[in-house]
Order: sequence, then structure tokens, then C-alpha cells
Amino acid sequence: MKDSLAVIWAIGRKDLLLEIRNKDVVVAVAGFALLVLSIFTFAVDLNQANAKLVGPGVLWAGIAFAGVTGLNRAFALEVEGNTLEALMLAPISRDLIYLGKALGNFLFIWVAQLIVIPAFAVLFNLIVFRWEMLVICLLATLGLSAVGTLFAAMSVRVRAREVMLPLLFLPVVTPLLMAAVESTGHLVHGRSWGDMAQWLQLAVAFDVAFLVVSAFIFQHILED
Amino acid sequence: MVSQAIKLAIKAESVVKNYGETAVLRGIDLQLPPGEVTVLLGSNGAGKSTLLRILSMLTQFDSGSVTVHGLDLSTQGPAIRAITGSALHSPMLYSDMNVRENLMFFAELYRLEKVDDLISEYSQKVGIQDRLDDRVRTLSHGFQKRVALARAMMHEPLLLLLDEPESGLDTGSVGRLDQIIDDYRSQGRTVVMTTHIVEHALEIADRAVVLKNGNVGLISTSSKAEQSDILAAYSSVYDK
Repeated sequence: MKDSLAVIWAIGRKDLLLEIRNKDVVVAVAGFALLVLSIFTFAVDLNQANAKLVGPGVLWAGIAFAGVTGLNRAFALEVEGNTLEALMLAPISRDLIYLGKALGNFLFIWVAQLIVIPAFAVLFNLIVFRWEMLVICLLATLGLSAVGTLFAAMSVRVRAREVMLPLLFLPVVTPLLMAAVESTGHLVHGRSWGDMAQWLQLAVAFDVAFLVVSAFIFQHILED
Repeated sequence: MVSQAIKLAIKAESVVKNYGETAVLRGIDLQLPPGEVTVLLGSNGAGKSTLLRILSMLTQFDSGSVTVHGLDLSTQGPAIRAITGSALHSPMLYSDMNVRENLMFFAELYRLEKVDDLISEYSQKVGIQDRLDDRVRTLSHGFQKRVALARAMMHEPLLLLLDEPESGLDTGSVGRLDQIIDDYRSQGRTVVMTTHIVEHALEIADRAVVLKNGNVGLISTSSKAEQSDILAAYSSVYDK
């Protein structure tokens, strides 16, 4: 167990180091999401009622679409340098490679959210800095990373991967996005944990199910 | 029967590999004892690299069976990867990390201890000790291949797989590579390598396997007496 965690952390930390040097993924994810938010602030009449109504949906749609951009890049780097094969040569089970890559993607999307959510609060004039938002972001990011890592691995060898990933990814994460949007909706209306509990439970169930299933499927994707 | 399999470094029986409708390996049978250097010869597309990728567990074969030191390639993957080191055609390194970071990362995946000592030892063996803090993208292809070789050896594998290891290396580095291969043999470890430089290969190898159209054309020791047979078999690969 300790060895497995060390391997997962080694892969995630390696991805973080490369990202700190290249800034490919975080800049793409945060930049794309900020663009989506900015466009909607011009496109919609953002009085307080409208902002509370459409804001959560715009926020999570922006993060999901932007996430696709970053997930594509994160796996493409492993394939371009053939380093995915170097990982496969190591005496570790394939699911640890998946979990390590998912950890890296989790960190990228999380860092991007640290930029996007304050911008969202300012642009939509909504109060989102509550503990509940931290939990919503954690659960949503975990699910997006779990599913995104799997589908990025599936689509990375496909010629039209930029098209393939969103086609696979977005329909599957729809329940998670619903949970995130509804929970954030309750939050901006100032409601309590109890009101968003069922949506958070859905997010937890989604995360657990997709982490387990994706780790299993990933092993078969790596084999040719 | 089982004890015989365990004595062999590699035992392949009727290994078949197709890429779509193209047959690459058409039923390879191979028995390689431990402590020997074996060179795989053959023209482009003969199946040398595919066979090495199968032994490295990067490519799955369609039928047949392969054991490495008695471990079944189909069911005991992590155990085989722990005793196998591979330096294949591509260096497979992270170009935006420096040499030391690359080696440390892979040492972590192999759960190695005293990593600093290992990096120092193997970087000296392959002659990259002065480039440890350079990013991989700034290194020439030859240097990158040396780093890949160090990575393949750091966990001291029983079986070392090398795909055209001399390509891109200067004369001095080839000499260093020969010394590494010789050391491996003297330690009772096994080396399987591909090359197109036949004369050089026969100088350092104990055994030569000539692949032709996905089959084993000839298996021979590379003694002086048999070198002419190997060269003839190798030449015949091109006489189609």
C-alpha cells in the first residue's frame, strides 16, 4: 500500500514538475474557462437574480470544456515522447499509472479553479467563498480527472483526438456537472448543507464508481 | 520440464504476432540460456524489434507462449518487468526534466534505494556524469541513448534488452557499451540485442539469431567456425 501510494505520488509529482516548467495545461484550462465566463458576462443581462440563476451553469460548463483542452495535452505529452512506454516498462500495475496520471490532472484542474473561481465571483458578483464551495470543487475535480484521464488515454492515439475526447468525455460527466451546478446554485442562494446533500452524494457516488471502473479499464487500454 | 524452463533466460514457443493482416512473427521458437549475449539479426521488418517489444511486455503476442527466467509473460508481468531492463529504439525520456530528475523518477517507480549512489554509479558507466543537471532536450541523440541505457540498468536486471544500442553512439561510447555488455555476461546476466552491424555484433555476442520473414532462419553460436554461416544466413535475408 505504501509503495503503491509512493508510485502514484511519484507520477503525479512528475506531471506537476513538468507543468510548472511548461505551464501548458493550467494556462489552457484557466484561460479557456475565463474566456467562457467573460463571454457570458457580455451575453447575459447579469442582474443579481440572473447571475444566481445562470452563474453556476456557466461556471461548470466553462470548467468542463476547458478541462477537455488540458486533459488532451497532459496525455499527448506522454505519447509524443514515448514516455508512456517507459512507465509501462516499470514493475508496477497499470492502475497505478492511471491513478498517478489522474492525480496530475486533478492538480492541474484544481490550480486552474483557484484562478477561475475568484474571477467568477467578481464577474457574476456572487458570494462563493464558503467551505461548501471547497467541497463541491474537490468532488467535481476528482470526477472530471477520473473520467478525463481514462478518455484521454483512449483518444490519445486517435488521429482526431481533439474531437474524440469531448465526444466521449462530456456526455459521461453530465451527472457530475449536474451535481456541481445544483450544489453551487444552492450555495449562491445562501442555502445550507442539507439542501445540497443529495447532489453532493451523487458526486461522491460518481467519483467512487468512475475511479474504480476507470482504473480497471485503463489496464486494457494500455495493451495494444 | 519445469526445471529446464527455469534454467532458460528466455523460452519462446510458437510466438505469433500480426499487425492487422500483416504477419510479423510467424511462430518463433527460441531458447536462450542465461549468462549469454544474444544478437538478433535480420533485415528491416524481419521482426527483431517486435520480438524485443514482446519480451519487454510493450506489445502483446497473438498466440504461443513466452517465459523469462521461468516466469510466464502472459500472467506474471510485474515480476518479469522487475528483472528486465529495456533500452529500445526511442530513449523514452522526459525532455523537460534533467538527466538526474529522469533517473530519480524511474528509480522511484522501481522502488530502488540509495538512488544517489546508483545514479552516480550508472551515469559514470555510460559516461553522462557531467551532464546530470542538463535538461534532456539539450542532449544529442547519442547522449539520450546513454541516459536510456543507464535507466535500463539501474535496477540491475537479469535480462537486458537493447534495440540497436550502438545507433547514434560515437566510437568511444560503443566501446563503453561493449564493456557494459561484457560485464553483464561475466555477472551471469543475459543480454538480447538487435543490430545491423553484423561483424561488430559477432565480436561481442555468444549467440546469433537470424530472423527472416518472421521466422528464425538460423540460431548459431558466434564462434569463429560458425561466423561464416551466420554471415551467409544474414546475407540471404536480402537475396529475395
